[in-house]
Amino acid sequence: MQTPAIQTPAIRADAAAPTTRIGQPALSQRKILGLVVLLVIACAVPFLLGNYRIFQLTMALSYSIALLGLNMLTGFNGQISLGHGAFFAIGAYTAAILMDKANFPYWATIPVAGVVCLVAGFLFGLPALRLEGLYLALATFALGVAMPQILKHKSLEHYTGGAMGIVIIKPDAPEWLPVSQDQWLYFFTLAWTVLLFFLGWNLLRGRIGRALVAIRDQPIAAQAMGVNTAMYKSITFGISALYTGIAGALAAIGVQFASPDSFNFFLSLTFVVGMVVGGLASISGALYGALFIQFIPNIADDISKAAPWAIYGVFLIGFMYVMPGGVAGAIRYLRHRWSKS
Amino acid sequence: MTRVKFPKLSWVAASLALSGVLFAGPAAAQSGAKEIKLGQTMPYSGPASAYGTIGKLQQAYFKMINDQGGINGYKIELISLDDGYSPPKTVEQVRKLVEQDNVVALFQTLGTPPNSAIHKYVNAKKVPHLFVATGATKWNDPKDFPWTMGFNLSYQTEGQIYAKYLLKTKPNAKIAILYQNDDYGKDVLKGVKDGLGAKANTMIVKEATYEVTDPTVDSQILTLKASGADTFINITTPKFGAQAVRKVYDSGWKPLHIINNVSASVGSVLTPAGLEKAVDVVTVAYYKDADDPQWKDDPAMLKWRAFMAKYYRDGDVHDGSNIYAYIVAQTMEQVLRQCGTDFSRANIMKQAENLKNFKQPLLLPGIVINTGPKDHAPIEQGQLEKFNGKQYVLFGDVLGPSSN
Repeated sequence: MQTPAIQTPAIRADAAAPTTRIGQPALSQRKILGLVVLLVIACAVPFLLGNYRIFQLTMALSYSIALLGLNMLTGFNGQISLGHGAFFAIGAYTAAILMDKANFPYWATIPVAGVVCLVAGFLFGLPALRLEGLYLALATFALGVAMPQILKHKSLEHYTGGAMGIVIIKPDAPEWLPVSQDQWLYFFTLAWTVLLFFLGWNLLRGRIGRALVAIRDQPIAAQAMGVNTAMYKSITFGISALYTGIAGALAAIGVQFASPDSFNFFLSLTFVVGMVVGGLASISGALYGALFIQFIPNIADDISKAAPWAIYGVFLIGFMYVMPGGVAGAIRYLRHRWSKS
Repeated sequence: MTRVKFPKLSWVAASLALSGVLFAGPAAAQSGAKEIKLGQTMPYSGPASAYGTIGKLQQAYFKMINDQGGINGYKIELISLDDGYSPPKTVEQVRKLVEQDNVVALFQTLGTPPNSAIHKYVNAKKVPHLFVATGATKWNDPKDFPWTMGFNLSYQTEGQIYAKYLLKTKPNAKIAILYQNDDYGKDVLKGVKDGLGAKANTMIVKEATYEVTDPTVDSQILTLKASGADTFINITTPKFGAQAVRKVYDSGWKPLHIINNVSASVGSVLTPAGLEKAVDVVTVAYYKDADDPQWKDDPAMLKWRAFMAKYYRDGDVHDGSNIYAYIVAQTMEQVLRQCGTDFSRANIMKQAENLKNFKQPLLLPGIVINTGPKDHAPIEQGQLEKFNGKQYVLFGDVLGPSSN
């Protein structure tokens, strides 16, 4: 039988692919219930754990925002970036410099960091359009390795503090709220996480999300259908950088310090690892990936002091072997089995 | 179909158990033995991993102390965690040490950026932050940071010592300087300039920098030589130090060559450069060099070698870091011994501020450790020495920033 011409292979391939849940109608009641329970747990956790654990979870939340940003670019749009640590650094430094030099309150620095990274990402995305696949990966790699040295450069030293970095003052909770500084920072980061995940979900499940996946899978067909490939690609780069920049700003406020050594090239690789482990082209995968990059190195260090990175490698290979679709893929599979049984 | 089915409950149970493992932590580790817990972060991985040997040696050192019965009846546990020289990781690990492991003090956390990241936190928490392993000058600031104490001869003091030496012996020197383009290089440079005072502008005829990532410093040496300078201050780390010593000799430039203490090692710098090329190199030192033949039968050195053979076999006896780490561990031991049986944070800090003329046998003769409530810089002295082709020969008096 002939397929009707109007049905493009790109869209069909997308609808058939189990890894992307795009074009789905609004959430089912069960899912909404699940999300509410998750949110209640997330709000209860800081009252059950010590400050150190809360700090770790705050960091994991900010990583999850960065991973969602990277996932938009790589998972959904198929553009590989090995340099997202650079946008994380730009976001962190924007927040730090605004607080240190311009006396901005900490909460006002987050949107600014996002906008700065949006512009930086969009501008970087423009020439990157001419680069496909591995060539783009190399270009972003260059950005990632260059960033620590750019931050140390003499002409910027007045603002960045050179190799010594910038110390940030830890924000206090509002006076009417009886929570500790760490609890407050956690809720502050959680609010941004919820907001950005909601916006990301909204963006990716509709027209734009479909266009991104179409560009990834069948760029020529997508263009033939009237998708402005060039524009979409640079905008995706910009939005991805915006997410990562906001994450960087939140992380810098959490750590209360930004220095070139905080954003070495390994950070960019860590993001790629987190994204793949969590699940490519999956929104919830960003959360799982963030938990992985936050906690697995510590667990590996607990298991073996002599060769923690070897243990980390074993974990990584184990995850990839057992869950080829990432944690999100595995959970989807289990849920599928579950509802059938 | 027969498939193994996991009941829903078992998944819930399994995930609860997993999160229990994640969050319970080492709560059950308390035992009856009397114990003092110290904590540190070390770059066991990452760009500065060569310094990881310091943490390994110190763990071995406290194992030896425990084997000998501990300190005043207490065993020492040194929890040494990897931070990969990444400040956010340092913050995380230090918070773990302080909030979860309840260490009484931090000891020798390594690196300027990692320590900068935790500087405010440990002082707000009032945790002794002792003998940080960096030469930056800012750790000696008891007014603003009463819980932080440095250890090393600070980079600025070292630079001042060179400047004073030049002003005294070669007041018309034309100085060329090569320095690493980071906080360390700039700190030594600042010391030199402060020491030269008003004459800095006329005496320094050329400066050149390099990045840690550069392959060589050959072209910088040629530029400096071309300036016509007759004195060369070499502010480099070991790899570049060796390159510079070789290139200066090979290019036929014969300046008065001052090499900074970081790169003064006979074993790891002068030998690879070629000992004959390093003749007459001047440096400042404060501890004994394991490869220097004059200390071959020194009792302290023999004791150190015995320790290395028994407790730290993997350690490189040519690596100066292993001498340094041993000296700092001994200083920490001294502080704990002075504490008696009161190992409260306040008392540890009080005793750390109460080291009076403490003589550590691996330090050069005449150099002593002194601290006080207003003096958080344990080592403030060094002595100049000149390499004669085989070993360093000390000359002049023990110098400090205030001596002439």
